[in-house]
Amino acid sequence: MFGRLTLDAFKHESSQNGAVFSMLFGAICLIGLISYLKRWKWLWNEWLTTVDPKRIGIMYIVVVLIMFLKGFGDAIMIRLQQAMSVGDSHGFLSSTHFQEVFSSHGTTMIFFVAMGAIFGLMNLIIPLQIGARDVAFPFLNALGFWLFASGAFLTIVSLTIGSFSTAGWLAYPPLSGIEYSPNEGIDYWIWAVQIAGVGSTLSGINFLVTILKMRCPGMTLMKMPIFTWSALCTMPLVVLAFPILTATLYMLTLDRYLGMHFFTVDGGGNYMMYVNLIWAWGHPEVYIIMLPMFGVFSEIVPTFSEKRLFGYVSMVWALIFIAFISFIVWLHHFFTMGASPTVNVFFAIMTMIIAIPTGVKIFNWLFTKFRGRVHFTSPMLWFFAFLLNFTFAGMTGILLSSPPVDFQVHNSLFLIAHFHGMAIGGVLFGFFAAFTYWFPKFTGFFLDETLNRYAFWCWLSGFLLAFMPLYMLGFMGATRRLDHYDASTGWHPLFVIVGIGAFIILIGATIQFFGLFWSIINRKKNWDHTGGDPWNGRTLEWSISSPPPIYNFAVIPTVDQLDPLWAIKRGEAPIPQKRYENIYLPINTPMGLYIGIFSLIFGFAMTWHIWWLAIVSFVSILVCVIIRLSGEDEHEIITVAQVKEIEAAHARRMKSYE
Amino acid sequence: MLRGLFKQKMTKKPVFYMLLFTGLILLVILIMQPLQILHFREKIAVLFPKGIIAIEERNLLFIIQILMLIIIIPVYILTFIFSWIYRADNPKGNYDPDIVDNRIAEYIWWGIPCVMVLIVSILTGIKTHELDPFKSIESKNKEMTIQVVALQWKWLFIYPEEGIASVNFVQFPESTPIRFEITADAPMNSFWIPHLGGQIYAMPKMKTVLNLIANEIGDFRGSSANISGEGFAGMTFVTRASTDDDYHQWVKSAKQSSNTLNLKEYNQLAAPSQNNPVETFQLKDLSLFDQIVNKYMHPHKE
Amino acid sequence: MNKPLTIHHQDTLELNPDTHLPDLHQDTFSKTTQGFWMYLMTDSLLFATLFCAYAILHTETFDGPSAQDLFSLSTAFTETMILLLSSVTCGFSMMAALRNKKNQVLAWLGVSFLLGASFVAIELTEFTQLVQDGNSWQRSAFLSSFFTLVSTHGMHVSFGLLGMIVMAAQLFLLGVTATTFRRLITFSMFWHFLDLVWIFIFTFVYLMGVV
Repeated sequence: MFGRLTLDAFKHESSQNGAVFSMLFGAICLIGLISYLKRWKWLWNEWLTTVDPKRIGIMYIVVVLIMFLKGFGDAIMIRLQQAMSVGDSHGFLSSTHFQEVFSSHGTTMIFFVAMGAIFGLMNLIIPLQIGARDVAFPFLNALGFWLFASGAFLTIVSLTIGSFSTAGWLAYPPLSGIEYSPNEGIDYWIWAVQIAGVGSTLSGINFLVTILKMRCPGMTLMKMPIFTWSALCTMPLVVLAFPILTATLYMLTLDRYLGMHFFTVDGGGNYMMYVNLIWAWGHPEVYIIMLPMFGVFSEIVPTFSEKRLFGYVSMVWALIFIAFISFIVWLHHFFTMGASPTVNVFFAIMTMIIAIPTGVKIFNWLFTKFRGRVHFTSPMLWFFAFLLNFTFAGMTGILLSSPPVDFQVHNSLFLIAHFHGMAIGGVLFGFFAAFTYWFPKFTGFFLDETLNRYAFWCWLSGFLLAFMPLYMLGFMGATRRLDHYDASTGWHPLFVIVGIGAFIILIGATIQFFGLFWSIINRKKNWDHTGGDPWNGRTLEWSISSPPPIYNFAVIPTVDQLDPLWAIKRGEAPIPQKRYENIYLPINTPMGLYIGIFSLIFGFAMTWHIWWLAIVSFVSILVCVIIRLSGEDEHEIITVAQVKEIEAAHARRMKSYE
Repeated sequence: MLRGLFKQKMTKKPVFYMLLFTGLILLVILIMQPLQILHFREKIAVLFPKGIIAIEERNLLFIIQILMLIIIIPVYILTFIFSWIYRADNPKGNYDPDIVDNRIAEYIWWGIPCVMVLIVSILTGIKTHELDPFKSIESKNKEMTIQVVALQWKWLFIYPEEGIASVNFVQFPESTPIRFEITADAPMNSFWIPHLGGQIYAMPKMKTVLNLIANEIGDFRGSSANISGEGFAGMTFVTRASTDDDYHQWVKSAKQSSNTLNLKEYNQLAAPSQNNPVETFQLKDLSLFDQIVNKYMHPHKE
Repeated sequence: MNKPLTIHHQDTLELNPDTHLPDLHQDTFSKTTQGFWMYLMTDSLLFATLFCAYAILHTETFDGPSAQDLFSLSTAFTETMILLLSSVTCGFSMMAALRNKKNQVLAWLGVSFLLGASFVAIELTEFTQLVQDGNSWQRSAFLSSFFTLVSTHGMHVSFGLLGMIVMAAQLFLLGVTATTFRRLITFSMFWHFLDLVWIFIFTFVYLMGVV
């Protein structure tokens, strides 16, 4: 009846019970709060059934922030354990639990923080930047979000019921095969990643068609904002790489569930093939999370330098080049797996080549500042930190790309320092920059700037303290994923420093979280009185009110050059005329939510081998899809009168600020 | 003029303090590194290696590092200079919003990295072939073969030429090229002795080869660099490069060990265990390693 | 837009609901077909990965039977002809849709369904035979990859059959409208795509395995 789910699954080690109880407590509080404020109907109508990309983007960010809490908590536990677990002491985590923690850390951060961040940003910004009122496939977009949320929730369920994978964020076989990991952990990981992966693929298709088909009149490809270009280069990566992940996890699933021999040791299986396939997905994946952040910085630097982006064409070609080459570098993740020198050298050279356009981008950003007027607002501070850390980490990447050097530092803490420099220095700082930059657009008020700065300094100094010593630790022979080591290695003092750095980051992250709520409470004081353009922006999203009206643009703009809003401000383009017409927008639908919920149940049922439930939930998904694909596309109409009223209200508010 | 910028108590020269503070942090990090290196010198295996392979690998690292610094240092300098000169409240910034392109600049920063990558690529290409782990090391001393099996969660070393075996301990004479033949009877591991050279994966059903040589006598730490399950952190082993005499002494005492190792005893040894103490065995089955490699190649004959 | 129209291709360029412009780029038909092409690309990559696995694993017979021992070219050829024919009848169904002949559409769709169903039936028989002989997917890596590659295609065909039923129901109840025509186009793209994948399977798995 319950598959292999027994009451044992609810028993945890003492170190886990605290997390479980606080999570359940938090969930109950949230439900209580919503009931007390009588907001269930509002939640349903405005958020859970919405197909508006602005709302979906905000939901993505909310899930990202929650999952960041989880992933960062994992990180603190890892560093605390490693600072304590020397010689006779074995820290406070058992080996198994520790391995769960770092597997969960990696999985959460990549799949549910980084991926969520980029799709959230794209939902919010792409339609506004291309002058569109919606995305190409509003329902598919919503579905992509709910599948993402479903995968995220499945990992949270794994904290309370049973345990998560202990095989790292990529779960190499044979360790992740049924022989060495018979428990539910790997299965939780497989289904969470599979479900979220399908969501990503669908969202990728959606944004690719949106950018190709829904740009406003006059916006040719070379007149698109650079963030949209970065999204356009990222989406083919999503669309082409995620199916590889889907197929590979599918084969691992078949190995585990049906006794197949894709990656087993006996039966003729080839686990090295898994390593190849997973990295054939994995390397494009890291560019998927990185390229949009390049786009973010390409928007922020010009705005706060009061100058156009230097070398726009060069930047575009650099993006295309990076996207293309990212498919032929994957072997650098396992130079040590015994390939011949010729093979290793080919991939080494390809990896070095990809560094060239990245370096070009850095120079272009620097020269955007040249003879500009640079304002060091918090987005610009994040760019500054990005420049310092990402460049350094990129340099260590070139070191890693040389096989003989890699032989000595592969899987050591040197590697961890490198990719965290890219992931935190690049992706996370990019996300923070984007968050502070576009926050006023979607809420109408600013984040508290002072708190932003304190958080920034904690992050920068904490990051350096937590990750620079890791390079040295790698040179001292410290491998990754160790839950214990001898005092004679001499690593302990460095691990303590690293732990202190992690705590400084914790302070920074705490300031950010409280800063968010503080800013919301104090929003009247920080209100944006400019009517939607607080930073003197250059692209179309700054030409409408903050927060934008539901239809984005009352009049679809026509553009004839790059930076269309600047063109209007400098008198090089006419101010759009106010000729309104009826606007049709797609209506809400609960199908995305339902399919997400059924997917969650399906993933859970498959993990615990509850076959009847798996079949029921799968059939339910099919039924939902059929229902959705059998109805007509219905729209709600916003009449000319209503549009006039909304625009007039906005104009009245503007007048009142003067 | 940036419209609608938040009200903020601007202290005098905020950009100056920002650059100063950042510069100080970077300086501290920069100073910490050589201090760390001085203090921990003996433990920093990759930078102070004891074998020719590791020395070559380290030298390549240094060369590539220096080449990269040629690009990175100007980037850092430009970052600081541009941030200072072109800050918004500097009237001498020569504001010119229409400088958006410059062909010569693009040629320079596409071109110089290309040249750099070319140099590093050629260097890498040559060195990768030279330092191929499968390639024997040229030496006046005769090469010795040691077979390695990664188990859960210990390392088994088999000496087919001597007829002995050991767990979590390997000894050989210094200045002798060692050919490690490596496999696993466990999930993927990675065989790594950082003082002597780079690692290579230890994989079931596969045989990888790692050629290393110790330039001096000493005890070096070895470990597994790929997660293989619960006890993986305890998979450390001691590598001892000794004099010829000491080596032969050790082999003699191992041959007199009360433990024996044939296939049956191997199967007992291979059962999961953690933090195994050092043990030596008399090797009763010289083809044990090949049997382990081939263990999963064919269906079990019942 | 529920009333049956005489559908010519340009009639599918309905007015973009929120701009009211019959914009050649922004209409639903054009977006849907482009999006569906992209979905087919993702599916191609899924199959490519499975083909890659088969290419690497097809020699790993673990002392068991190999492709030459197991595959019957005549069965595979029959399946190929059936599927090709069903693609042709699917094409006839589309042509009838362009001429707005609802009954013909349903008829040809029905023929395609029967052909597709017999394809699946033959494939299932082949699988059952293999399993009964002790050559299931657990026997060796070769058999694992064979069963997975071919059955994934078979599952896609089965979903296509389900899609055909749904399409037939919609056509029966609503007739050929802009919406059902659009869905028919995407269905036929899917069906032809599956035929293409099968050609690859036939060539690389059956033909090259036996010859």
